[in-house]
Amino acid sequence: MTETSVAPEVTLPPGARHGRGGEALEALARAIIPVVLALLVGGLLLLALGRNPLTFYGGIVRTGLLSPIGLQDSVTRMAPLLLIAVGLIVVFRANIWNIGIDGQFLLGAAMAAGFGPPLARAVPPGLALVLLCLIGAVVGAAWTLIPAFLKARYAVNEVITTLMMTFIGINFANLLVKGPFRSTKTLVPQTDVLPFGSMLSYVPGTRIHVGIFAAVVAVLAVHYVMARTSFGIRLDVLGANPRAAVHLGLAVRRLTVISFLLSGALIGLAGAVEILGVWGYVRADWNPAFGLEVVPLIFLARLNALASVPFVAFFAVISIGGDYATRQAGLPTDFLLVLVGLVLFFMAVTEYLRARQALARGRPSLGLAPTRQGGSE
Amino acid sequence: MRGLLTNTFLTALVSGGLLAGVPLLFGSLGETISERAGILNIGLEGMMLMGAYAGFIGALYSDSPWVGLLAGIAAGAFTSLFMVVLCVRLGLDQIVIGIALTLLAEGITSVLHGAQFGVTYPRLGAVSLVTIPMLSRIPVLGHSLFSQPLVVYLGFAVVVLTHWTFRATNVGLNLRAAGEKPEALDAAGVSVTTTRSWAVLTTGALAGLGGGYISIVGAGIFVPFMTNGAGFISIVIAMLARGRPLWVIAGSLLFGMSLSVATALQLAGINIPTDAVHMLPFATVVLALVIFARQAYLPAALGVPYVRGAR
Repeated sequence: MTETSVAPEVTLPPGARHGRGGEALEALARAIIPVVLALLVGGLLLLALGRNPLTFYGGIVRTGLLSPIGLQDSVTRMAPLLLIAVGLIVVFRANIWNIGIDGQFLLGAAMAAGFGPPLARAVPPGLALVLLCLIGAVVGAAWTLIPAFLKARYAVNEVITTLMMTFIGINFANLLVKGPFRSTKTLVPQTDVLPFGSMLSYVPGTRIHVGIFAAVVAVLAVHYVMARTSFGIRLDVLGANPRAAVHLGLAVRRLTVISFLLSGALIGLAGAVEILGVWGYVRADWNPAFGLEVVPLIFLARLNALASVPFVAFFAVISIGGDYATRQAGLPTDFLLVLVGLVLFFMAVTEYLRARQALARGRPSLGLAPTRQGGSE
Repeated sequence: MRGLLTNTFLTALVSGGLLAGVPLLFGSLGETISERAGILNIGLEGMMLMGAYAGFIGALYSDSPWVGLLAGIAAGAFTSLFMVVLCVRLGLDQIVIGIALTLLAEGITSVLHGAQFGVTYPRLGAVSLVTIPMLSRIPVLGHSLFSQPLVVYLGFAVVVLTHWTFRATNVGLNLRAAGEKPEALDAAGVSVTTTRSWAVLTTGALAGLGGGYISIVGAGIFVPFMTNGAGFISIVIAMLARGRPLWVIAGSLLFGMSLSVATALQLAGINIPTDAVHMLPFATVVLALVIFARQAYLPAALGVPYVRGAR
């Protein structure tokens, strides 16, 4: 879909929107408009800096999508991003803001890298991989315990506590890598390198590790839980209206803690998978900072696990290709942060305009049908 | 451990604490104003970073720290304009916009700095100090407390001014009403939107000033991501200070000291890993929250956009 196919959607008469096709089109438009606007404004910024935006974006597509190696790298990059995405969906659906992603991710990664080599020597490779993934998940979950407790018990704002924990986690991971996990074989502080045979194997014929399957399974599982189980519905109720959740007799505190732990576990697992699949070790001060970059993606997917896949794929291409394109343009890779911020920004504005439109259409029948669809005859 | 109570250690701790604490002071004072008026400003980090960058550029090209600080204030206020329009006027989600602003500020300042200076980091001249005659003679702490750049004294003056505004003026009353019971303010004929807009703008200006202080007075250079969580720590200080400006001073200095304890310890001959030291201020925050969580106080209408007539 391109921008032009989206534009006429705005001028559709209210009635035409109610067919299934109209709704799908609208959902697509809501997701694509912010991305297009962000790319446009990002392009203007590039122009202002004297760079050619077409060359820049062309470079992203060529290296991230069209070159065989780049494409495989993009798919590989999707593995941790998808795990983080579903890890965030399970909390955001309950309207809980776990934004301490980087700390949970890095601790999962550091633990996998630190315990990897000794475990690989002690137990068979398959078992070692499973154990290491478990360790990553447990550590990630443990790192959310304090924010979860404070939120559940004293209603302390989790945006703040998870952020504080992420700063602590990043430094703590570094401390581990430079201290107990430090390799004696290298001058630069890093962990011992996991032997290639003990890492996640490649999908035959490619250089994509099998962690991507773990990520896909996680996406399907989270989608199933959120869409088909009572636990998923409880989280949704909690997210939609915490007071209603209390009146319904839901165990709000327990739900809060469980969704926090699930989130941390999936994000910690993402860190372990990235190490076991791609790197094999953690270097001191390594921090890919995926965290806040995933947030806009899952909002674009409206907190739906399946729908997050195309957005994560899109971002994986941008992040692999962007590495190359920013270097070519002589800019810091932080330019990608600008794009991510702009997407978030335009998404909020698009949502606002849509909500206002719906409200305007729905006003005559507001008392009868106070739904977001509105205006139904 | 013998070196811990020496002059060098205490001087380093106190002056370092002030150096690191003053930007937190401006930031958390700003956040206090905005929280009292009912807006949770998560974009504070971004506003401080914009202030740090603009302040540095201003000071570099004008050769005057004052022009730089003014540029920082302007940049912070400009950034907060987005929040005014999107969150106060249109009622969009304050957390989403706050995160977006922080990401944008991080990206833009890093890109602009990279495009302009590459990987070089030009240095500003030192800022002149103002020494208060008698007090600076006090043994041990006198010199570090009372020989500071003028803007430090201004910072404390602004806190006292804010305290007075909240306590004794109509403006302060309006601000508090906008956070506690906006419908009452509306019924009294004062615009909630305007009151909150000014609060957020002031927050942006103060955050920008704090950011400018970090790059101009504190470091003398600009490095991407240099605020390094100062904005988020400021938000926590504002929460723990429970909207009382005078407590903001105590909180900021305490956190400032925990930021500067590393250097002080090194001067005292004790070496602990820098990563452990960098954890300290954040660990302090978490510990403080665990201990004082019951008492953290937030205005009733915080984070809730005001829509006239809505229930």
